[in-house]
Amino acid sequence: MEQEYIIEMLGITKRFPGIVANDNITLQLKRGEIHALLGENGAGKSTLMSVLFGLYQPEEGEIRKNGERVEIRDPNDATALGIGMVHQHFKLVEVFTVLENIILGNESTKYGFLTTKEARARVLALSEKYGLAIDPDAKVEDITVGMQQRTEILKMLYRDNEILIFDEPTAVLTPQEIDELMQIMKNLAAEGKSILFITHKLNEIMAVSDRCSVLRKGKYIGTVNTAETTKEELSRMMVGRDVKFKVDKADAIPGETVLEVNGLSVGAHLHKKDAVKDVSFSVRRGEIVCIAGIDGNGQTELVQAITGLTPVKAGHVLLKGENITHASIRQRNTHGMSHIPEDRHKHGLVLDYTLEENLVLQRYFEPRFENHGFIRFDAVRSYADELIENYDIRSGQGAITTVRSMSGGNQQKAIVARELDREHDLLIAVQPTRGLDVGAIEHIHSQIVASRDAGAAVLLVSLELDEVMNLSDRILVMYEGEIVGEFDPKTVTVEELGLYMAGAKKQEQEV
Amino acid sequence: MQKLKEFFTGHKKKEMLDDLLHTESAKSIIASLICILGGVLVGFVVLFLIALLTPNIPFSDAFRGLLIILGGPFASGSGNVMMILGDMILEAVPLIMTGLSVAIAFKTGLFNIGAPGQYLMGAMTSLVIALSIDTTSFPAFFVWILAFLGGAVTGALWGAIPGLFKAFLNVNEVIVCIMTNWIAANIVSWVFRENQQFVNVAETKMNFVKPTSKNGVMTWRMGLDKIFEGSNIDCSIFLVILIAIGIYVLINKTTLGYELKACGYNKHAAKYAGMNEKRNIVLSMMIAGALAAAGAALWYLNGKNDFHWDTYQSLPDNGFNGIPVALLASNNPIGVIFSALLLRYIGKGGFNLAGFTSFNEYVSNLIIAMIIYFSCFSKFIRDLMDKKRKARLEKASLAAASVGAGGSGILPEEEEESSNDSSEEENKTSDLGGEEE
Repeated sequence: MEQEYIIEMLGITKRFPGIVANDNITLQLKRGEIHALLGENGAGKSTLMSVLFGLYQPEEGEIRKNGERVEIRDPNDATALGIGMVHQHFKLVEVFTVLENIILGNESTKYGFLTTKEARARVLALSEKYGLAIDPDAKVEDITVGMQQRTEILKMLYRDNEILIFDEPTAVLTPQEIDELMQIMKNLAAEGKSILFITHKLNEIMAVSDRCSVLRKGKYIGTVNTAETTKEELSRMMVGRDVKFKVDKADAIPGETVLEVNGLSVGAHLHKKDAVKDVSFSVRRGEIVCIAGIDGNGQTELVQAITGLTPVKAGHVLLKGENITHASIRQRNTHGMSHIPEDRHKHGLVLDYTLEENLVLQRYFEPRFENHGFIRFDAVRSYADELIENYDIRSGQGAITTVRSMSGGNQQKAIVARELDREHDLLIAVQPTRGLDVGAIEHIHSQIVASRDAGAAVLLVSLELDEVMNLSDRILVMYEGEIVGEFDPKTVTVEELGLYMAGAKKQEQEV
Repeated sequence: MQKLKEFFTGHKKKEMLDDLLHTESAKSIIASLICILGGVLVGFVVLFLIALLTPNIPFSDAFRGLLIILGGPFASGSGNVMMILGDMILEAVPLIMTGLSVAIAFKTGLFNIGAPGQYLMGAMTSLVIALSIDTTSFPAFFVWILAFLGGAVTGALWGAIPGLFKAFLNVNEVIVCIMTNWIAANIVSWVFRENQQFVNVAETKMNFVKPTSKNGVMTWRMGLDKIFEGSNIDCSIFLVILIAIGIYVLINKTTLGYELKACGYNKHAAKYAGMNEKRNIVLSMMIAGALAAAGAALWYLNGKNDFHWDTYQSLPDNGFNGIPVALLASNNPIGVIFSALLLRYIGKGGFNLAGFTSFNEYVSNLIIAMIIYFSCFSKFIRDLMDKKRKARLEKASLAAASVGAGGSGILPEEEEESSNDSSEEENKTSDLGGEEE
C-alpha cells in the first residue's frame, strides 16, 4: 500500500554549542503537495533542511521515506533517495551552458566523449512538460535570474528527484518571475512531485501551498491547512505576537523641498542607451516619495547618480538648494544625505570589519571618533553599543562580531541604524526590507516613518507593491528610465500601478 | 586583570587556557610553529632520501644535517657563534622591511610582488647619495639621513606606479609590479654602468658598487659590534623594530589604517562611505614601496655591504623573500620581525649544512624552500584548530545538555544563515588579517 507521507521527519532535535537549533521538530510531507515551511530568520528552517539533506546529523529523531526509516549521512544519500534542492544562491557554473549545467555530474559518454544528444532531448521534453522555458545553449552568465532558477529546477528533474526543496526561491526574482515560479510549482505538484517551500513571505504561502508548518526559535509551532488559515494567523504563529501589516502613519505634512532632480540622465553600464532619461522630480521634508517599478528600469542608476556612486550625464541634482551634481560622496554624506543601499554586501558593509567598525563607516573621522589621526576606540564602542541597543541588532559577540557572520536581517538592521542615526535631511532607502521577515520589516518601516515625522525627506525605491502602497505618500512609477506617472497611494489601485510599471500606460509629462 | 586573577585562583583554568590558545594571535603563532616543524620534517625526509640515493653521502650525514639546520647559527662548530648571530640579525633587517612592505599591501587588498624593484630603486638612490656628497664638508650623519630618506622616497614613487595603474585603469597590480621590477633592474644596471665613479675597481670582484664606508657613511654600530664581535651589525635592527611597531599602530589604531583596510576588504563599500578609494590604493602601494626601499637603504648604508649592480638578469632575493616572511607572520607587522629572523636562522643553518656535511648548497636551499612552502599551510592549520575545538565544544555541550542544562533555545543567527559554508567564510578574515584583535 502506498504511504500517505513520502517524507517524514519525526522528533528531530539538533543541538549546537549552547543552543538547540531544532527542538523536537516534526515535519510530514504528503505525496504531491506543496508544503510551506515558515519561520523568521534564525528559526531553524535551514538547519532542519540541512538535516534532511545529510549535512547535519540530528541527535534525536528519525527520518522516514514512504514509512520506512532511512539514514541520510551525506548529500549523496539524500540524492539517492530522490531529494533535490534549489538553493537560494544558485550553484551553477557561470561559463557553462544551461544544458551542460543540467547534465553536470550525470553526463553520458561514449568512448570517453560526451554525448549530449539524448540528454538534450530529455531536457527539452522535461522543459516542455513542466513549462520551464530555457535556452539549452545559452551560457548561464548571460541568462536572467529567473532562467537560472529554472535551470536549477531542471537539474533536479533530470535526476528524477521526487522531493523538491525550494530554499527562499523568490528572494531574487521580479514579481513576474515570482508568478511564473508559482505556476511552475503548481505544475510540478500536479505531476506528482512533492515540494517543500521555505519562505517567510506570507502572500506566496497563501497563493501556492497546500499546507504550512511553522517554526519559531527552534521549536515546532504547528501545521495548518493553508485554505483554512489567514495571513494574520500565520504571522502570529511565526512571530509569536500580532503583526501589523498596515503601517501606522499620519498624513504627510510636506515642508520645503530637500531634493530636487532636474532633467537627469545617466548612462548605462551594459548598453549604449541611457539608463535614466531626462528625469525630474522633487522630494520635500516630511514626505515619503516612492519610486515604483520593475527591477532594471533605471531605479538603481537613478539612485547611484543622486548618491554620487555613478557620474551624471546630464541634468542637475540639488540638495537643500545646493547643486551637488558633481559633489563628492563624502560631501553628500556630511551634508545631510543618508543612503540605505540596494546591495548591502557590495556597498552597505565591509563584511570583514566588526559591527562597531561598520557602524562608524561614514563617521570615523568626526572629532567624536578621531583624535589626531587615531581612532577613539572607546567612543566607537560606546556609540556602537548604543545603536545595538536602540535598534535591536542581534549578533554573536555584540560590537566586536565580524559582520560577515551575522544574519542578513541583522546586517540590514545595522545599516538602517547607521543611516538613520546620522543627522539627515534626506533619506534614500533602496529596497530596505529585501529578504527580511515580517517582524523586521515592521520595525524598519516604523523607523522610516519616524524619520519622516522628524522632518526628513524620504526617497524610497521598492520593487514590492505592498511596501509601495503601505509606506509612501506619493508614488512615482519608473519605466525604461523615465518617470511615467505620479500617483497618490490613497486613490490609485495596485492594478493601475501595474499597468504603468509594465509600460502599458503612460501619463503625459507633468512632473 | 579580573581574568588574570580568575586564571590563577580559579578552577576554570583549563577552559581559560583553552580560550587563550584560540585567540587569533595565539592560533597564528601555533600554526606558524607547526608549519615550520612540518617543513623541517619533510626537509629531513629529503635529506634522508638524498643520502640513501647518493653513494658518496654517508647515512649519518642526514641526521647531522637535520641537527645543523635546527641549530642555525649555533651549529657552526668551529665558527664564531656571536659573529654569525650578529650577521643573522643584520641580514634580517632588509627582510623585515620587505616583509612589512608585502604585509601592509596584503592588509589593504593588494599583492605587492614589486618589492624587488622597489628594493633596487631604493638601493640605487641611497648609494648614489651616500657616495656623492663629500663628507669632509658635510656631516656624515646628515648624508646618512639624506640617503635613507632619498631611498625611501624613490621606493614610494616606484611603488606608486602599480598603484596608479590599479586605481585609475584597473590594471592588476601584479602585472605592473612584475614589469616595474625588471624596469628597475635595467635602470639600476644602466645608471651604474654609465657612472663608473661609483664602481668599486680596487678589488678583484666584478661589477660591485663601492661600499658607503669609502665615503665615511656608516650606520651607527651602537657598540653592538663589540657584543657580536666580527660582525657588521649596526643599530638598524632597533630602527626596523620601531618601524614595525609604527606600521602596526598605523594599520590598527589610526583612521588612515581604517580607511586603507576598508578599501582592501571592500572597495565598493569604501566608495559608498565617501572614502577616496583611488587615493588609498596609491597610498598603500607608496607606503609598501617606501618600506621595501628603506630596507635596501638600511642594508647598504651599513657601510660594509657590497651592491652588485649588474642586476638586469636577476632580482634581489630580499625583495621576493618578503612574501614568505609576510605569509609566515599572517601579515602581522610584529610577527614579521620574528618570521624574518627565523628565515635567516634557518638560512644560517643551511649555509652550515653545505660547509660541514657532504650535502651541497643547493640541498640547503631546497630545505629552506620546503619550510617556506609549508608556511603557506598556516591558514589550513588554523582552520583545523577551529574545527577541532568546535567539535570538542559541541561534545561538551551535548554532555551538558544530556544532564539537563539544555540550551537557551535561541539560535545564534550566524549558525542558521550560512549553515555549511560559514567556516570557509569566517576564515577569509584570518587569511588577510590574522590578528586583528
